Amino acid sequence: MASNAAVPFWRAAGMTYITYSNICANLVRNCLKEPYKTEALSREKVHFSISKWTDGKPEKPTIRSDSPEE
Amino acid sequence: MLRRALGLLPRPIAAARARSFSTDLPAAHTADATFMEAWNKVMPNMDPPKTPLSFMHPRPPTPSSIPPKLTVNFVLPYASELSTKEVDMVIVTATTGQMGFLPGHVATIAELKPGVLSVHEGSETTKYFVSSGFVFIHANSFADIIAVEAVPLDRIDANLVQKGLADFTQKLSSATTELEKAEAQIGIDVHSALNSALTG
Repeated sequence: MASNAAVPFWRAAGMTYITYSNICANLVRNCLKEPYKTEALSREKVHFSISKWTDGKPEKPTIRSDSPEE
Repeated sequence: MLRRALGLLPRPIAAARARSFSTDLPAAHTADATFMEAWNKVMPNMDPPKTPLSFMHPRPPTPSSIPPKLTVNFVLPYASELSTKEVDMVIVTATTGQMGFLPGHVATIAELKPGVLSVHEGSETTKYFVSSGFVFIHANSFADIIAVEAVPLDRIDANLVQKGLADFTQKLSSATTELEKAEAQIGIDVHSALNSALTG
């Protein structure tokens, strides 16, 4: 069997393809001209609510609206 | 040693029955016969429910002669940029270099690099800058291009690109861990691709 072909530099550094692809996409979005840039960045905003569970019951949820992880 | 190698040769040929490739077209969807019978027994007057498969159009078969146009589906996670558009040629920047696809191209899967995608239809060319993605060309001259982010070139701000390039070049020299170096390298790659897209 062929040994692993030359891996891309990002995989050699421990990054997965998805992380690489998302980083590329974010960089491109940050280089857009004005109305498109705010549109793109707001489109990619992620809002989520987290609630920790103890003893089978959910505690009060916290709402996070971070910009997406790079 | 050579004679033994020669002896081994005929075997793979004999063993290669026509196994279907995963890239071959799936058979057109026919409703499941046992389900239909059971349904009709219980509910003869009602239409059976449709399954997701029945909503999907089967891929058109590979024509025997090369079709005149390439049919392109260009999709992004949030929008379908081109949907079954008939074009003459598509040029993409794959990790292995620039590739052009004409109708009748051999079935290919290519991973895209940050770079320009140009769609040629008659005398007009539409260019997009693609951040990364994949392109699948099927044997029947259908091309599926999927990208995470793709923008027409006129939406790119040259100053931000220059600034980004300078930033990341500086980050690369000051990076310590492998991960930081990789991120800085990605930044440099993307920004220099953006730069050449704007100037090229």
